[in-house]
Amino acid sequence: MSTQVEHAEPSFFHKYMWSTDHKMIAKQYLFTGMVMAMIGGFLAYVFRMQQGFPNQYVPGFGLVTPGKYNAVVTMHGTIMIFWVAMPVLIAAFGNFLIPLMIGCDDMAFPRINRLSYQIFLLSAIVLLLSFLVKGGAFGGAWTAYPPLSSTGAYNLTPAGAVLWLLAVALEFVAFLLGGINFTVTVMNSRAPGMKMYDIPILVWMIVLASVLFMVSVGPLIAGAVLLLFDQTMSTGFYDPTRGGDPLLWQHLFWFFGHPEVYVVLLPAMGIVAEVVAVFARKKVFGYKTVLYTTWAVGFLSMVVWAHHQFVAGIDPRMANIFSITTLMISIPITEMVFLYIATLYGGSITLDTPMLWALGFIAEFLIGGVTGIFLGSSGTDIYLHDTYFLVAHFHYTFVPIAIISVFAGITFWYPKMFGRMLNETLGKIHFWGTVIPFNVIFIPLFITGTAGDQRRIYSYAQFAEQSRPALQHLRTTSTIALLVMLAFQFVFLFNFFWSLRNGKTAGDNPWRSTTLEWTVPSPPPHGNFAVLPTVYRGPYEYGLPGRADDFAPQNVPD
Amino acid sequence: MTTEAEAHVHHPNYVKIWAILVALLLVSVLGSMSHVREVVLIAAFGIAIVKAYLVARNFMHVNVEKRWVPYLLIVCLLFIGILFAGVAPDIMNHVGQHWINPVVNQPAVSGAATKNE
Amino acid sequence: MSSSAKPIANTRSATGIPSARLITWWVIASEIVIFGGLLASYVMHRIGHPEWAEAASHTNTWAGAFNTLVLLTSSLCAVMAHKAADAHQGPRAAKLLRLTALGGLLFLTIKGFEWAKDIHEGFVISSGGFWSYYYTLAGLHGLHVLAGMVIMLVVASDAAKNEELQRVECIGLYWHFVDIVWIFLFPLLYIAR
Repeated sequence: MSTQVEHAEPSFFHKYMWSTDHKMIAKQYLFTGMVMAMIGGFLAYVFRMQQGFPNQYVPGFGLVTPGKYNAVVTMHGTIMIFWVAMPVLIAAFGNFLIPLMIGCDDMAFPRINRLSYQIFLLSAIVLLLSFLVKGGAFGGAWTAYPPLSSTGAYNLTPAGAVLWLLAVALEFVAFLLGGINFTVTVMNSRAPGMKMYDIPILVWMIVLASVLFMVSVGPLIAGAVLLLFDQTMSTGFYDPTRGGDPLLWQHLFWFFGHPEVYVVLLPAMGIVAEVVAVFARKKVFGYKTVLYTTWAVGFLSMVVWAHHQFVAGIDPRMANIFSITTLMISIPITEMVFLYIATLYGGSITLDTPMLWALGFIAEFLIGGVTGIFLGSSGTDIYLHDTYFLVAHFHYTFVPIAIISVFAGITFWYPKMFGRMLNETLGKIHFWGTVIPFNVIFIPLFITGTAGDQRRIYSYAQFAEQSRPALQHLRTTSTIALLVMLAFQFVFLFNFFWSLRNGKTAGDNPWRSTTLEWTVPSPPPHGNFAVLPTVYRGPYEYGLPGRADDFAPQNVPD
Repeated sequence: MTTEAEAHVHHPNYVKIWAILVALLLVSVLGSMSHVREVVLIAAFGIAIVKAYLVARNFMHVNVEKRWVPYLLIVCLLFIGILFAGVAPDIMNHVGQHWINPVVNQPAVSGAATKNE
Repeated sequence: MSSSAKPIANTRSATGIPSARLITWWVIASEIVIFGGLLASYVMHRIGHPEWAEAASHTNTWAGAFNTLVLLTSSLCAVMAHKAADAHQGPRAAKLLRLTALGGLLFLTIKGFEWAKDIHEGFVISSGGFWSYYYTLAGLHGLHVLAGMVIMLVVASDAAKNEELQRVECIGLYWHFVDIVWIFLFPLLYIAR
């Protein structure tokens, strides 16, 4: 069955700004995410400079006052999670790949798709506007605990606080709409012959992430409305003197906040699965196990949230329960990583840039996961909570998720998206120039954190009991490593934009992969498939005996 | 162009269902006037659950929908139950093992009187 | 807005449920957790603060009960619209949808009078814990009623031309959900004293 292209060449406005084509919307999300990543990275530069060279003038920013420090760390966290990790991992890759990988011509609801990007863009604009209002951007931490976040007299950024909350709320709406669209599309619009276990793992992961997001964000949307009213209408939802409770916000926030990290982890692991299979020329080991384990992770992630609140004054009996569930959740995740390692075993491994990033993810994420054990046990967490040990732990999970797997995905699918190959040498330089400094940033922070360095402190010099001058060389080392890592990102930016025009032309299937997106031209035309495919086999048929090629695409009959 | 709005449901007598719902509403209002707390609670919430079930089954046709649809909705409700179970010990209770929340027992201040930004 | 602009993706149905109805169920699922979170927060506080009963006694039970009747009746109209759409009677479905929306308007009007009286008596959103939750819960619900009315009128204008009749059932499903939320809000806010 063929698709008909019923309309003439669209205008510039229609093609680039009013498009309902999932591939264009994907690129819109990708570029917005990249811009926000540069802003988030700049903010990291600012506060690391303050930590590494305390109370010195920061080039390109100025002196970091306590208020500015709070705003910078708040916005760094907020931007990286909501405006970089989520749009790139879920919206960009999901939008671009889902219709292609399941063999249809677009999402089930293209106009809702366009609306979700528009709401997302609005949310980004609202957030960036908050830098410009009186008082500046919100400075109450990305976790926005009241009463700091509800009371302008405390956070000193009353306008920024309201705008921050509105931006986050809009972002939630955008991802609810987008995620539901993805879910319906994957459930309903698959190519004939593509049964449940023929769906590529990345597609499963994005759908499960969308469902997990949807189920967990509801109470926080409710809580955000309550916080907004506390900020603007003198209500006392989180004020104990008025019948409220600040702990309610914490619970509502983390009830979402914890599943949120799995919302971003799942697509990251999906990307790694796809890349590993292709560059090991081997099917993913235990596809069904990966799938069922992911369901288990999704469910478990909904019952671990209070491990973020062990020292907040929750009922200690709850701390018991949440410790147990938190330690339990490490089991299925570890199992999934082992399944990926099992996929590598016995494979014909080639170390192209995407594969380097995928392997980097596995190695670095393992470190992140292992260090989580110390934090998930409420006893050790009493000491380690809100130290730099925690900061290092979550960067050893978040950076693999939001940076490493994203680069795996970009270097892998760039040829399909833009019709050109990226430069391999520059890609490898960028890889090593990112991963090695990344470790040099955060291993010192494990050490300073264990020694007692608290987070969200703009300068230890001001607080005698916090000041550990013997550790300053570690803090400075971490900062210098960040400068090196940021410098290498220009290699990537150059590679990305230079290759758009000057890269080698990409064929349909430069990586010789089995999934459906590689059966169409690079980049795919409007409507994707000249003839909509039928699927005859699973997504990872590599190394089959008795075949001319070492792989069997999903749409080729036997 | 007419679309294919397939009749995937059999349509019962909707007016009859509506009449039952209205009767239940009346019962719940009358029951709420009782002075016995248990009667009020059952009249209010027990009947609400019955009404919700009737609307879901007969108006939303959940009973003839694919099975996983009501399962999905129930799972969402269960997660709210998990939320309640995990949060209520901190929020609903003001006294626990070795702790009390003293602020709660002070007279509440009205918003108009509080100097709030 | 003609259906020839729809992608093939929209017309496929591997689950057996048409995509329009499928997306409606997912929207309802997401709304369950939003309202559920808000209601759960309220219930925790209400049980933990028995002294809120005094404030709660000021809500007008008869207004609330009448509004319940209004929403139930509008739900009846919505499901009759679905029945008409199934029989390909577009104009009749449109008329019933517009009646449903009218019910929503009546609901909001009565609520408007209710709130005007409450505010006149000095009970505003910042008047205390109960009132904060009262206005937030009923307000969020009212916003959903309003949004539902708007979408319903758009669907009705297509249905009147016998177009996109599958959407009649979908907006009906949403409307029934909004009705069910009110079925629980009524005892929570008006009866439990």
